Amino acid sequence: MTSVLGEPNAIAITFFLVFILLSLGITVWASRKTRTAEHFYAAGRSITAFQNGLALAGDYMSAASFLGIAGLVATSGFDGLIYSIGWLVGWPIVMFLIAEPLRNLGRYTFADVLAARLRQTPIRIAASIGALAVIAFYLIAQMVGAGNLIRLLFGLPYEAAVVIVGAVMLAYVLFGGMIATTWVQIVKAVMLLAGATLLALLVLSRFGFNPLALFARASDMYGAGVLSPGRLVNDPIDAVSLGLALMLGTAGLPHILMRFYTVPDARTARTSVGYATAFIGFFYLLTFVLGFGAMVIIGRDAITGIDAGGNMAAPLLAEGVGGTPFFGFISAVAFATILAVVAGLTLSGAATLSHDLWVNVVRGARADQREQLVVARIATVLLAVVSIVLGITFKGQNVAYMVGLAFAIAASANFPALVLSIFWRRLTTAGAQCSMIAGTVAALLLIYLSPTIQVDILHNADASFPLRNPGIVSIPLAFAVAIVVSLARPVAQEAKRFGDLERELHLGAEPVEGRGRPAILGAGDR
Amino acid sequence: MSTSSLEAVSAARWRIAIALTVAMMAVYFGFILLVAFNKPLLGTLLARGLSLGMLLGALVIVVAWALTWIYVRWANTHYDASLERLRERR
Repeated sequence: MTSVLGEPNAIAITFFLVFILLSLGITVWASRKTRTAEHFYAAGRSITAFQNGLALAGDYMSAASFLGIAGLVATSGFDGLIYSIGWLVGWPIVMFLIAEPLRNLGRYTFADVLAARLRQTPIRIAASIGALAVIAFYLIAQMVGAGNLIRLLFGLPYEAAVVIVGAVMLAYVLFGGMIATTWVQIVKAVMLLAGATLLALLVLSRFGFNPLALFARASDMYGAGVLSPGRLVNDPIDAVSLGLALMLGTAGLPHILMRFYTVPDARTARTSVGYATAFIGFFYLLTFVLGFGAMVIIGRDAITGIDAGGNMAAPLLAEGVGGTPFFGFISAVAFATILAVVAGLTLSGAATLSHDLWVNVVRGARADQREQLVVARIATVLLAVVSIVLGITFKGQNVAYMVGLAFAIAASANFPALVLSIFWRRLTTAGAQCSMIAGTVAALLLIYLSPTIQVDILHNADASFPLRNPGIVSIPLAFAVAIVVSLARPVAQEAKRFGDLERELHLGAEPVEGRGRPAILGAGDR
Repeated sequence: MSTSSLEAVSAARWRIAIALTVAMMAVYFGFILLVAFNKPLLGTLLARGLSLGMLLGALVIVVAWALTWIYVRWANTHYDASLERLRERR
């Protein structure tokens, strides 16, 4: 079949411009409301549970999960579904272990939770290393994806696409902070859920609205193998390792964790995870239909002929069942998806640089509102420039592993220290610090030694570390380091502080003298 | 403020959290291990177009929903009520 893919497409560009204008309108509105650091980082704690549920979904469902999984299912059938399921199962963990204590103990970043009971300076520096490493790899993957995608969808040059994404995202975050980022993520989530639902319904309408008829057709065309596990999960240890990183990494992603500070209290945070889990699960169930729909209606060869990775399966399917206008809409949705994710990443990176490192480490929590906002905005500009430069630097390189790497670092560096600081009385500053550094270094080193880098990218014959996913080694290592170091040199004072915080962990900060929280953290916010 | 009852609320909260976390991990890694070790079983067709593997995969998502729902129900009724009592007692 012939496709308008890769040619400048008036309908796609129109939809895209409408989204850009709408989101910049939101940004102008949000910029008028952004007066304090609390607005900039946490949207004034004014987001409702339903809104935050949508924004979490918008922050989380990246182009990798929309285009990548649809493509993976279209080209390898059942094996692709293993990923759709893996991307969801971290959400219940976020709910059970993280969301409420995080909201009760912190202000803007997950490092606040650690700093509430441990020594500020060393713990914030260590937490920033893990957070920034996750954000950097995630951003590179998104920017390179954006460049390739927009070249394929709209016919724009790669560099132009990267600069446009960087500039528009900069406008959202710089002027509208968390308020604009939240609403861009909500609009994107609604567009993505609506677009994917409509696409799935159009596919199913050809099969009497019976998904099984679609799957049966796929197995008639490509063999029963498409409905059963194939080559993707050959090594069981690697499969478990990937599963661990996806599951626990979700609970350690700085841009996701930051969203829990945008709601008024822990109860709202809890309800918002419920909504997010419902939306994200629904979306990944849809990928079953989208992937097999593309396999049957477009055909595997047509999909891989255009993009070897299969990333164009969903847009091609939209064109096949809904013509050029629907293709334009789904292309615009894919673009919006990237913008919403990079905005969330950049904002959380800016919070790490300004709130954790500048305000609390360099300035010892003595920065007024004006200084906090100025520094946050300088950090935002810096991150936008860095992400554009990285996007262009990594042009044409295989960065598919970088999202997996970001999850592996999040699961190894951030998750163990965070969860132990919530649960374990005897955790010490040194224990948490060593754990975060060990987790980051182990994940990076093992990826470097793995076949992903050594064989696929450097074309060596062999890799010294056999697994493609480091999680099964690096996550237990980070836990072990935290426990051993903490037990080797106990700090009675820090264990006592944990006891003092227990009430706050469940009930939240109780107002003292009318305003604000007790002096444990954030003294600089007055 | 009665410390013992804060401790009781805390213990109940973590018991539920850990039980549900273990349940989610058991279901998900059970699925992954079946995929890894018993591919032919998961390839069994239950109906035309439906393999056991696909059904179990969709069920993992449904279980994730169900466990989340159980936690929210428990927290909205029991946990919140205990927290309210703790707040009043201060």
